[in-house]
Amino acid sequence: MKLKTNVKNCKGCGICVEFCPKKVLELDEVGKIKVAREADCIKCGQCELRCPDYAIFVMRDKK
Amino acid sequence: MEELLVKYFRPKLPHIWCPGCGNGIVTASVVKAIDKLQLDQDKTAIVSGIGCSSRASGYLNFDTLHTAHGRAIPFATGIKLVKPDHNVIVLTGDGDATAIGGNHFIHAARRNINLTVVVFNNSIYGMTGGQYSPLTPHRGMATTAPFGNVDRPFDLCELAKGAGATFVARATTYHANLLADLIAKAIEHKGFALVEAITACPVSFGRQNKMGTPANMIKWQRDNAVMVEAMAKMKPEQLEGKFPIGVLHQAEGTEYVTEYQKVIKRAMGSGE
Amino acid sequence: MAKAVLMQGNHACAEGAIAAGARFFAGYPITPSTEVAELLAKRLPQVGGSFIQMEDEIAGMAAIIGASLAGTKSLTATSGPGFSLKQELIGYASMAEVPCVIVNVQRTGPSTGQPTSPAQGDVMQARWGSHGDRGVIALSPSSVPECFTLTVEAFNLAEKYRTPVVLLLDEIIGHMREKFVMPDPASLTIVNRKKPALPPGEFLPYKPEADGVAPMPGYGEGYRFHTTGLVHDYTGFPSGSNAVTHELIERLHTKITNNIDDIVKYEALELDDAEVAVVAFGGTARSAYAAIESARAEGIKAGLFRPITIWPVPEKQLFTVAEKVKTIIVAEMNYGQYVGEVRRVVCGKANVVSLAKWNNDPITPNELLNAIKAGR
Ligand SMILES: Cc1ncc(C[n+]2csc(CCOP(=O)(O)OP(=O)(O)O)c2C)c(N)n1
Ligand code: SF4
Ligand code: SF4
Ligand code: SF4
Ligand SMILES: [Mg+2]
Repeated sequence: MKLKTNVKNCKGCGICVEFCPKKVLELDEVGKIKVAREADCIKCGQCELRCPDYAIFVMRDKK
Repeated sequence: MEELLVKYFRPKLPHIWCPGCGNGIVTASVVKAIDKLQLDQDKTAIVSGIGCSSRASGYLNFDTLHTAHGRAIPFATGIKLVKPDHNVIVLTGDGDATAIGGNHFIHAARRNINLTVVVFNNSIYGMTGGQYSPLTPHRGMATTAPFGNVDRPFDLCELAKGAGATFVARATTYHANLLADLIAKAIEHKGFALVEAITACPVSFGRQNKMGTPANMIKWQRDNAVMVEAMAKMKPEQLEGKFPIGVLHQAEGTEYVTEYQKVIKRAMGSGE
Repeated sequence: MAKAVLMQGNHACAEGAIAAGARFFAGYPITPSTEVAELLAKRLPQVGGSFIQMEDEIAGMAAIIGASLAGTKSLTATSGPGFSLKQELIGYASMAEVPCVIVNVQRTGPSTGQPTSPAQGDVMQARWGSHGDRGVIALSPSSVPECFTLTVEAFNLAEKYRTPVVLLLDEIIGHMREKFVMPDPASLTIVNRKKPALPPGEFLPYKPEADGVAPMPGYGEGYRFHTTGLVHDYTGFPSGSNAVTHELIERLHTKITNNIDDIVKYEALELDDAEVAVVAFGGTARSAYAAIESARAEGIKAGLFRPITIWPVPEKQLFTVAEKVKTIIVAEMNYGQYVGEVRRVVCGKANVVSLAKWNNDPITPNELLNAIKAGR
């Protein structure tokens, strides 16, 4: 799993969707965060960096 | 961020801010800075004024103080004087810090008292629904400027510098990592330190000013903020509408509380 | 034994603050209160405390609340115009229950008024000056030694009841010089705020104990508590609940009214057989002493009721006086403020007469004597 979301806290602002360079993210039919194409995620962290609601996290590699 | 939430946030999320409001990004940067410096949580006070941005203090797990509109800095001054070894961080809005609290702001800068002041600059009075602030752009729209803003805004960083602040920096929520680094530098700095955080208020500013979605407002920050070092190399026509980010001013100067501690030493020594 | 010195009321107030354990002052110069600040600028650092002259009175009030929350007993001093500026934050201190002392050396108002003249025009402002509803404690000394003891008392009440306490001086008392003997510090009762017995995590910062007051941690003690001027529940965090609002605002009153016997101080002089009672406080009481003496010398049965605690009003005691006398004369250097309270309290049991004066001159013993004679 590369990404973790906290749908409860997501306010559906779309910031993460817009800034994801790989178009991994979407808003679902009720306007909440949905990881649509996890396989494409390059773990760049852009989504987590600017999510104002702390609702999406990029999982760190376990070393 | 997940671990930081557990360590530095109170279990009070989701916060009250609107969808896409930049306040959450700025608050995260504050926490990242605190974590970077590994500040003692029991020796760090967070003081805020009144406004959307000033609600940040309530979410953070420190000694926190949500004061009155404009007065966060003098409350913080009292704390810092009686707890010189505590980190005192002020979180305030553009209206809070520069309109009703403008006098306190310049005088704290003049004293060079060791406070870290993070101004959440969304160019508007967010909480009361979009009236113009001293940082609303000239000709910008506000509910109290239905024909465009006649006032001219402060350049907050220049104001702080002119008033005597010894650390002045600016970043945006697009540059959230830079923002965290600058806040960390500001906390480390011994003296009055300002970090101006350019942040989006999509609801009370963005709508009236046709700024588009929250993401578009952040793109505006990306496209108009220029690292201060890069700016020096740009031509005047390239600078049109651009603003500098980074460390804008840093100077040495006697710090107020340190100086006052010397007064106490002298006075106690003299007996009388 | 300390030797007697000639001291000014404002200086006695400053010394009282030091004796009470105050270690922080923030304020802005204003006549006729400035001597409080000037002496504390020197005295506080001598005892390890801090003094700061702020950019205005609002900032002074803000700084003392911050310092007190952090754990240090704090005060500010001002006069009318500055007292007006402080009102919003005095309300903040009430709402957030932050102990602090505000010295107001009254001068003639409104506005800049007469900076160097005595007045007692801020009596009602001390009670109602800040917006909204809250209980209030205000004390009014009538002598230089009392400036000292009541400053100590003001801090004790502030700490005990977690509330701002106003010390209402007037220019007469503030600038008057009198013989003063510094009390032995060991003889003074000093009250400090209750500290939490429960550890962080279990402790609720705004959950009152039986006396209506919650214990209060300081900064850096591990409690990491939140303070706000918004309506808040026991946790200290904002609440929009009607029930919480009702209970909180009520408690801001009842923690004072339920403990009124502990709070109220007054002086009753020659009242046992009195037919006429003078109600006077602060500088005006000085003339009242002289007037009562003259009246008694002429065989007129007059006495003095001096509220030392002017807020809350010593209601029970005042009512008892009213039951015995024919006339109550309320003498005050304003257009007639406290007289309304006296009328409210005595409920027609006695004839209440106002002797009000607002022309910068103190009420003279003679004016009072004439009023006493007329009231017989
Ligand atoms: C003395 C006082 N005046 C006015 C207000 C109303 N008020 C609350 S917040 C605010 C403006 C806040 O603007 P800003 O500081 O920019 O914060 P933002 O909400 O934009 O984060 C105003 C005018 C108040 N609470 N107190
Ligand atoms: S940025 Fe955060 S709040 Fe906004 S849509 Fe994405 S996950 Fe939701
Ligand atoms: S980590 Fe980068 S690639 Fe992956 S979802 Fe977030 S923004 Fe997209
Ligand atoms: S009004 Fe503006 S500043 Fe306030 S929470 Fe909403 S978006 Fe944020
Ligand atoms: Mg704003």
